[in-house]
Order: sequence, then structure tokens, then C-alpha cells
Amino acid sequence: MDKRVALVPGEQTFQARIDAEEKIEPKDWMPEKYRQNLIRQISQHAHSEVIGEQPEGNWITRAPSLERKAILMAKVQDEAGHGLYLYAATETLGITREELIDRLHTGASKYASIFNYPSLTWADIGAIGWLVDSAAIVNQVSLQNTSYGPYARAMVRICKEESFHQRQGYNIMMTLMNGSQVQRDMAQDALDRWWWPSLMMFGPHDGESAHSAQSMKWKIKRRSNDDLRQQFVDQAVQQAEAIGLVVPDPDLQWDDARGHYDFGAIDWEEFERVISGNGPCNRQRLAHHKRAHREGAWVREAMAVHEAKQRLSNEDVA
Amino acid sequence: MKSDDPVTRYALRLGDDALILGHRLSEWMSRAPFLEEDIALGNVALDFIGRARLFYQYAAERVGGGVTEDTFAYTRDVREFTNLLLCELPRGDFAFTLCRQFLYDAFSLPFTEALAGSADSRLAAIGAKAVKESRYHLRRSRDWIVRLGDGTEESHRRCQQALDELWIYTGEMFETDQLIDELVALGVAVDTAELRRCWIETVSETLRAATLTPPTATADVSGGRRGIHTDDLGFLLAELQFMQRAYPGLQW
Amino acid sequence: MADQMQLYEVFIRSRRGLDHKHVGSLHADDAIQALEYARDVYTRRGEGVSIWVVASRDITASQESDCESFYDPLDDKPYRHAAMYALPEGVDSL
Repeated sequence: MDKRVALVPGEQTFQARIDAEEKIEPKDWMPEKYRQNLIRQISQHAHSEVIGEQPEGNWITRAPSLERKAILMAKVQDEAGHGLYLYAATETLGITREELIDRLHTGASKYASIFNYPSLTWADIGAIGWLVDSAAIVNQVSLQNTSYGPYARAMVRICKEESFHQRQGYNIMMTLMNGSQVQRDMAQDALDRWWWPSLMMFGPHDGESAHSAQSMKWKIKRRSNDDLRQQFVDQAVQQAEAIGLVVPDPDLQWDDARGHYDFGAIDWEEFERVISGNGPCNRQRLAHHKRAHREGAWVREAMAVHEAKQRLSNEDVA
Repeated sequence: MKSDDPVTRYALRLGDDALILGHRLSEWMSRAPFLEEDIALGNVALDFIGRARLFYQYAAERVGGGVTEDTFAYTRDVREFTNLLLCELPRGDFAFTLCRQFLYDAFSLPFTEALAGSADSRLAAIGAKAVKESRYHLRRSRDWIVRLGDGTEESHRRCQQALDELWIYTGEMFETDQLIDELVALGVAVDTAELRRCWIETVSETLRAATLTPPTATADVSGGRRGIHTDDLGFLLAELQFMQRAYPGLQW
Repeated sequence: MADQMQLYEVFIRSRRGLDHKHVGSLHADDAIQALEYARDVYTRRGEGVSIWVVASRDITASQESDCESFYDPLDDKPYRHAAMYALPEGVDSL
């Protein structure tokens, strides 16, 4: 092989490629900031899927019927799978899963704040599937067109698999609303608690989002926080009304001129409080993950040693 | 939810084994040593929950009168559960869970193969479906035993310890009683005593490959088939049945 | 790091008669385990009838910077494509 001089395209070529809706692939030249920005966003997304196993996983052993139990297991399992796809996408940027997990544990890397709320009743499983997954999907559908190839492909796969998640959640809510007064109250209480955190999932308003402008230019993000949030509200309000749930927002009303729902002010102080580590379950979520990782260390180590032994004995034979 | 029908009672035993083992496996979700294994354990757990549902559905049809699969899972007390004790032991560490799984899978594969030939066509159909799952389960759990047994000093020690603890619960898989004898005579039930040799072969071969020592304990602890359980099952049921107990008679 | 597993690339044939297609990657200790995990991770909804796994480090990839010498020379041979050859009116199935 002759050593050719690599023609490194500069930032201009890079941006031109993005502007032309071409995907960036792992071995392409990319600005270091683009790489870091992607690592931050994709790994945060991966961590969210993995930490997201917990609030729902809590109810696997308590699900009210065998069918619900199987559905919930399949859903939580999908979340682990989605975390895996996303870690793999992040790894193409030159960072290992081990390093990513380390960043999660040290707090250097965040996950979706919504998972710091507890899942207190069975209705919460309905609310999470319906609201949290719907919110996630609104965001993820837009990310199927993100500029980084491996991220976009992971999103396509994830969106395909997630379609059942929001439906099963809504189905739980619907079943509760068709049930006894106790069940309807349980469903309404869950909506009351999950509504605002779901709106917060889309992040700060466009004007205040630290990463938005650059991410939009690089097409890492395709639609703005407020834009996605509005779409979510428009969908969810209608879905709530269809089964007799009341959205806990006195300012909510349809705006004919805009063709959208107007909604009340989000409590950003609460958002800040939870994201900075002081939500109801931040400590438990992280402790749970650290513990599982620590308790699995001897298994991972044993695998590596076993593999090395096998390789050696194969070499002996050969 | 008592039934005197032998086939129903037999189906419930098999359903109970699958439900309780599946439940224990499901406790691992979000707790496995790494993500790939989280997903894989989830698949095995789902197979067992699915299997439990098939046995319970069949039993429910035989009992009739509005009884469903959930009646069996959620409204019976400890004394009415007839699963093997092996299935109900707490999940322990990863070595314990995988050793238990291996010891059970090594039994479950020849068992489901034999069940597929049952004179009862419904049980035979469940057996035929379960064989495919069991073949994969055994491949997986055998593979793990070898990796952990012939891994590090710590993994070997944990694995050996788990085996030693589990061993006394394995004899119960091969026990027969009046119900089994009666159904074996009709060609409905599997004569588990006949599976023992096959089980021992699989286990011995695997332990050898894993550099593990076959436990020497000769005593057997049993009672599950008669509803005599360890204390652990009551706590498992308290969790499993919480919703149906707190809000009886509702649809979810 | 002692517990660093290997990266494997996973290819799945979704139906008989189709090519294997790259679907993603995963961590495993060796090829056998990678195959088992590929089954659990990538075919939960019956997506495949056949799986290939390849250690990522065994893949030799063309370099983006090689593009000009690697692919451009192939791109000036329109005579390889049927579309270059015009057909008279009324002639098809050719």
C-alpha cells in the first residue's frame, strides 16, 4: 500500500455536505466540536434509555396481570436494547461504552430528568408509556434525519420498535378510565404528576437552550425544543380528552389563529432542581445503576479471562 | 382454586414452575452485568412467563366458570402453589441465577421433548413449543457455566458455591407421586425418573468443561409439589399479587 | 481494562433469498457469544432467518480520504449501465 497524502476536507466542505443533507459517517473528517456535541447528545440519549428501565422495571414484578407483565418486560427490554444501539452509535465516535458509563457515574454525563420521578402506582406505567414515550418519539422521529449516519440509523430502528410503547401505555390509561372510580382516580393522579415533567423533557425554551443553535446548524438536532413541545401538547391533549382525562393546566386552551393549543408556564425552577440532582429519585437511579455495574464486574472480568484462556489453548493446538 | 382433575393439577404444576422461575429471572431486568445480558435474560424470562400462561390457560379452560390464567397466578396462596423449590429460591448473584438456570434447563429440555409426545394434545402442543425455547436456554446457560467455572478464581468460587447450595433441590425434579404415576400410566405425564440419566450426563459433561466439582450432597429437599415451600415463596407472591390483592376483582 | 469486551458487527438476513444486511453492533467475549446476543438484541421481533457476526477489528474499511482514487475512476464508464443505450420506439423487454 502506498501512503497517499490524505486530503482532509475542511470545515467548509463538511458544512456543505451537511447542507446538502448528506450523512456524516464515522470515518469522515468532522470538527472536534461536532464530535463532542454528538457524543454528549447520543450518550445522554443512551443513558436515558438505560436509566429509563428503572421506573418501569419497578413494576415488572408487580404487574396486575400476566399479559401486562409480559408486555412490560418486553418494553423494558426494548429500552435496554435502545440504550445498546445508542451506545454502539456513540462508540463509532471513538469513545468506549466503559468510558460512557463512567461519565454517567461521575455525573459528567446526564440522562433525561424525567426518570428521576418515582413510579408510585400502576397508572404511572400507563402515564410513562403514553406521555414519556410519546414525547420521546416526537423527538426521535425528527432525529431520524439527523446528520450523523449511525445516530440516524439507530433512530430509525428505535422508532420502529417504540411504536408499541406509547400504545400500550395509552391502553393502560384507557383501561383504567373504563374501570372503577378508584382506577379513574389513579389514572388522573398519574397524569397530574407526569404532565409537566413530560413537557420539560423537550428542554429549555429555544432562546435559552445552550446547545441549540449550533446543533441545528450541524443538523444534529432537526427541530427546535419549542416546536417539538408544541406538537406533543397538541397530540396529547386530544388523547387525554378522548378517554376523559383532564390535563392539569388551567391555562390550556385552543388558539384558533395559531392552530395550536396555548399552554401555561413551565416551572423551570423545578426543572433546574431535578436536573441538578435534587429530584425525588436522582440518587436512587444512579445508585441502582452503579450497583448493578459494580456487581457485574466479576462477571465481565471472568469472561475476559475465559476468552484469553480459550485463545491460548487454541493456539497450543494450532 | 382447587381442582381434583389430574390433568388440571398437572398443568398447574408446570405452569407454577414456569411462572415462578420466570418471575425470578424478571427481577434481573436493569440489574444484569452488561446490557447484552440484560436483554438476553429478559428473553428467557419472557419465554417462561409465556409458557406459564399456556399451561394456566389450558387449566382455566378445563376448570371453566370464568376462571382465567390470572386466577391461578394472582389469587392462590402459597399452599396452593406446586412449583419446584428450585424455581422459587431468591435470585442470588449472577452465578446463582445461571447455575439454577443451567440445572433446570438441563432437565427442562428432555422434559419438554417428552411432553411433546404426551397423549394429551394440548400438553403436547405446549411441549413442542417449549422444546425450541429450552434448547436455546440450555445452550446459553451451559455456555455461561463454562465461562464462569473456567474464568477467574472468583467466578469459579461463586459458581461452585452456587452449585453446592442448589444441589439438594435438584432431586425434586425427578420425584414422582401418585398424580404422576396415574398420568404416566395414561401417557399424559412425563416420567421424570427416566430423565435423570440424561440430566446427569449433561450436568457432568458441563461441569467437567467448566472445571467445577460435582457436589457430593446426597440429601434432597422437596415439598413444592405438595405446597410445602421455602419462606421465600410467600414474599415473592406478596409482590407478584399485590395489585390483585389491593384491588380485587378489577380489570387492568 | 480487564473487562473490556470486543465489539462485533451484526449482519442479518431478514428472509431467505435476501442479502445479509448490517444492522448494528454489540459487545461480546467471542464469536459464539456474539451470535447468541445478536439473536437476543437484534431479532426480538423475528427480524431474521440468518445471522452473521464479525469482529469489528477484522473489518478492513476503505478510507474516505481515498475516495478520489478509489471510486472516481469507476464513475466514468457509463457504458456499463443499460441506460446509456437508447432503444428505438416500440422496442422493450431489452
